[in-house]
Amino acid sequence: MDAASMNASGAREGKRLAPGRVAVYALLVLVALYYLAPLYVMLATSVKSLDQIRSGNLLDLPLAPTGAAWGKAWDGACTGVRCEGLRPYFWNSVKMVIPAVLISSLIGSLNGYVLAHWRFRGSNAVFTALMVGCFIPFQVVILPMARLLGTAELANTTGGLVLVHIIYGIAFTTLFFRNYYVSVPDELVNAARIDGAGFFTIYRRIIFPLSLPIFMVCFIWQFTQIWNDFLFGVVFGGSDAQPVTVALNNLVNTSTGVTEYNVNMAAAIIAALPTLAVYIAAGKYFVRGLTAGAVKG
Amino acid sequence: MSVSTVPRARAPAAEPTPAPPSASRLAALADTWLPRLVLSPTVVASLVFVYGFIGLTAWLSLTDSRMMPNFEYSGFGQYATLFELDRWWTAARNLGIFGGLFILACLSIGLGIAILLDQRIRHEGALRAIYLYPMALSFIVTGAAWKWILNPGLGLEKMMHDWGFGHFSFDWLVDPDMSIYTVVIAGVWQSSGFVMALFLAGLRGVDDAIIKAAMVDGASLPAIYRRIVIPSLRPVFFSVLLVLSHIAIKSFDLVMALTAGGPGTSSDVPAIFMYQFSFTRGRLGLGAASAMMMLATVLAVLVPLMYLETKGERNGRR
Repeated sequence: MDAASMNASGAREGKRLAPGRVAVYALLVLVALYYLAPLYVMLATSVKSLDQIRSGNLLDLPLAPTGAAWGKAWDGACTGVRCEGLRPYFWNSVKMVIPAVLISSLIGSLNGYVLAHWRFRGSNAVFTALMVGCFIPFQVVILPMARLLGTAELANTTGGLVLVHIIYGIAFTTLFFRNYYVSVPDELVNAARIDGAGFFTIYRRIIFPLSLPIFMVCFIWQFTQIWNDFLFGVVFGGSDAQPVTVALNNLVNTSTGVTEYNVNMAAAIIAALPTLAVYIAAGKYFVRGLTAGAVKG
Repeated sequence: MSVSTVPRARAPAAEPTPAPPSASRLAALADTWLPRLVLSPTVVASLVFVYGFIGLTAWLSLTDSRMMPNFEYSGFGQYATLFELDRWWTAARNLGIFGGLFILACLSIGLGIAILLDQRIRHEGALRAIYLYPMALSFIVTGAAWKWILNPGLGLEKMMHDWGFGHFSFDWLVDPDMSIYTVVIAGVWQSSGFVMALFLAGLRGVDDAIIKAAMVDGASLPAIYRRIVIPSLRPVFFSVLLVLSHIAIKSFDLVMALTAGGPGTSSDVPAIFMYQFSFTRGRLGLGAASAMMMLATVLAVLVPLMYLETKGERNGRR
């Protein structure tokens, strides 16, 4: 709805802006600055020298911008005991996120297809039971999971993390696809069945080609969730498969030596870049995923 | 689960078939069983890794497991210990403070911006993108950024001093009485844009005709929002509350990155309590008990909300 358009038929005809409108814009811009300020501070700090950081203040422009902190954050800074920067952990995250996103989305798609178009007795109950997985705090499953991964020798491996992310991501991906496929008319599927098409043929020929938008939403949602995850990473990642979020936390919270705020901020931006890039490139799908995830209730 | 109980669909296949099954019969059989087959790994995974593991955690909380799990029942001792620990109550109180303020601030900021953005704003898309980008960041990144901004020596405080406000002091990050509020500040920065997006979507769904009618009747804009628009957003309020309380109860990474529960244990929350007792202090039983308390909290918040929401839907349906 759009109240202003109606209220302001008079005001809009006059060319000058009404004071109320000016206030609205001013407020919106102010709020925008509030959201942008931390990003600016991070960027500016990351290219400042430590001297300028100590002598100047947060909002100062960098006097002599340098990429040194970025280099150090990428492959020199110490996170805990190792001093290789974020690089190895960044690649750990990449190796973890790609298979986890692809597999959980594909499974979710097939599940959603079944739950939307191949209902059987009890399938709604199955759906409801699966959705509980969206709501539980993961703390309530990590202790047995740690034990299981340990026994299966998957603890501290990227494979173990991929597995965990798939298992606990399926509830969301199934929800996304099921809600999307429900809007595909049953007649389409039934007509294909009468023509003799089977379960997988219908999926391949009819459903899958319609699924691009929802795959985008699902990929982006899962990518953001898994890349940004900390709990599973810190519990199951150990030191070898540690994802970038855990390394960043170790870097920022290392209390030995001088805190290099510029390195910390460069590292924070590096850890945020992939999801930020996805947001900038495909914000539309990102928002759709968020709202779809929110209506899950 | 009820996957195996499918009498209606199984009936044709179960009939005695004297002739060898024809191709079409095979196909029908496949169509009956393939969907269940495809769904079954997920169902099994959910039974084991969600329900089974919750059961195991519950059981673990009733044992006296320390470093290694043991499965010998020993009663509710862990819960008794938990409720006697000051640290647990600090964590619980902090969750209350953080959750309450976080939800309240996100709701009012989110709704406020959504209403402002709904006034035919130029460049609305760009503004929306700016309000929402923090949601793409990890809570660890948000925590790291705000830890620097709120740094008592070099952050906001120094900036205000440089600007001539010599007495400005802001040391909440190292003040045990105030540290939990820094978590609120950072959390609201990250999540309020998301609430805005949900409310804006809701506002776009409000029927213009009702507003026009109210306009004709001479109602003022604020009155229209207060009496008509905002009440009609009831379902959005429910989803927002649901999501925000969920974020609040689970919040772990933000606190880890921002304060790590400190100074001391002053900004401890149940998720951090659970992590530390389970994985760094070797008190698995106590960790399991605190995890069960977190689950109970989620249920205590979500179940009434979902009940109210479905009830509202039923009443509202025409």
